[in-house]
Amino acid sequence: MAEVLVYVDHVDGAVRKPTLELLTLARRIGEPVAVALGNGAGDTAAALAEHGAVKVLTADAPEFADYLVVPKVDALQAAYDAVSPAAVLLPSSAEAKEIAARLALRIGSGIITDAVDLEAGAEGPVATQSAFAASYTTKSRVSKGTPVITVKPNSAAVEAAPAAGAVEALTVSFSEHATGTKVLSRTPRESTGRPELTEAAIVVSGGRGVNGAENFAIIEALADSLGAAVGASRAAVDAGWYPHTNQVGQTGKSVSPQLYIASGISGAIQHRAGMQTSKTIVAINKDAEAPIFDLVDYGVVGDLFQVVPQLTDEIKARKG
Amino acid sequence: MSLRIVVCVKYVPDATGDRHFADDLTLDRDDVDGLLSELDEYAVEQALQIADEADDAEITVLTVGPEDAKDALRKALSMGADKAVHVEDDDLHGTDVIGTSLVLAKAVEKTGYDLVICGMASTDGTMGVLPALLAERLGVPQVTLLSEVAVQDGTVKGRRDGDAASEQLEASLPAVVSVTDQSGEARYPSFKGIMAAKKKPVESLDLEDLEIEADEVGLGGSWTAVDSAAERPARTAGTIVKDEGEGGKQLAEFLAGQKFI
Repeated sequence: MAEVLVYVDHVDGAVRKPTLELLTLARRIGEPVAVALGNGAGDTAAALAEHGAVKVLTADAPEFADYLVVPKVDALQAAYDAVSPAAVLLPSSAEAKEIAARLALRIGSGIITDAVDLEAGAEGPVATQSAFAASYTTKSRVSKGTPVITVKPNSAAVEAAPAAGAVEALTVSFSEHATGTKVLSRTPRESTGRPELTEAAIVVSGGRGVNGAENFAIIEALADSLGAAVGASRAAVDAGWYPHTNQVGQTGKSVSPQLYIASGISGAIQHRAGMQTSKTIVAINKDAEAPIFDLVDYGVVGDLFQVVPQLTDEIKARKG
Repeated sequence: MSLRIVVCVKYVPDATGDRHFADDLTLDRDDVDGLLSELDEYAVEQALQIADEADDAEITVLTVGPEDAKDALRKALSMGADKAVHVEDDDLHGTDVIGTSLVLAKAVEKTGYDLVICGMASTDGTMGVLPALLAERLGVPQVTLLSEVAVQDGTVKGRRDGDAASEQLEASLPAVVSVTDQSGEARYPSFKGIMAAKKKPVESLDLEDLEIEADEVGLGGSWTAVDSAAERPARTAGTIVKDEGEGGKQLAEFLAGQKFI
């Protein structure tokens, strides 16, 4: 059976959920061979084996942390040369997309980004994508070379599928361009204790109607009652009420959770582009004409400062 | 010596319009207005600010696209760019991102550059990989997705805000930079700027000028193929209630029914 390279997104050896989802999709196409780079690469093996990786290729070197993107492209290319895979899959993070693109160009292959589903096909893997703010669904293939495809979080279920997960050291020789962009310093984000926005099963977002940074506390309280991530519309972020890392929409994150709760968000196209594929959508807005109500499964026309705290209290009461 | 800045911009369909695919599954440009991609305005703005800080700088704005794409160049010129290059050729129709990066790389090289600045992504294709491809093709450092950028003494520095961490980056020129929508609001063209833009030079190039063969680009030269495009079915109308004092509880009841509580 053909092998499929899976690029592992991990933090010091802790594998992030989108990579486990990738393994589910990779197994539809062939046998997953994982590539883990940087600090803690070897520690990823157990989780990857548990979810179907037959092999885990690992490499660590200071270059991975000290220089931007290119060292990882060099390493993934080394893995590609060693394995000759049927496809290369990566998560759709900003960095992994850049790695994917440069690899594709080097190996003479087409690239598809932001797939939301992947199936085996007669002419290679078929990727499903959302286009034009999710108003269209397209099916695409890579028609030249080995398909390089990045996949968005929440595109597949994480499935246990124990495999050997044999760890092998990957030999990497860095290219002359590897040290072109130096990372002078790195400041990790402070953890909020909430789920990662793009990976969360439930997202609670606030917009212009929240009307102030301090008022986001009621959005956060609702999120915490549901174990949800917190999002914000561009209007709220531009106003400085919530960090850009939490922005949902065209220029922020695109999310596809089981449940999306929009509070005080009108639902401009810019925002819809980032949340329209959510399974269940709920909105609270005082304007009955707000376009967000065209998308909802359930909508409440009312003052979010009344409705949201009541909802939070009711959820807490029901959860006991 | 003058700092040569090339800003790559894209002419895109208005995202607030009704965007469709044409019969050949490329973008239908006929039924929707086009404009300079909003995210590329940030690139033009940062180019103008970097040029202001430099002793001597020249900004060339570059696009690949049909005749109407000149509108995007005019907008950038009216914001303050010095000159424009428009790559236009019938054989470019249907070119994918790999092909576009080839055309841009050749055009950037022909123009001459110390610094290439791009937006973070287009508002139509939204891939966000073109700057990385351009850096790979040009063989220069990529300093991408910057929320802050500055150029001094032949070095570009910037801050890249990622999901897990915020990084300070540095590279020597020449380099390819991309900037996010957090890099600073783009200026509006002044009346004077709009008038001045009409007199600024726009150079037209075709594939032959760039020594690119027709089969390297276009739908036929694309390394990816779109097999189908279907309009997403409209979401079925949901339940809308007016809050009469129990709206939060009613919503909780709905969520419980859906097993979210």
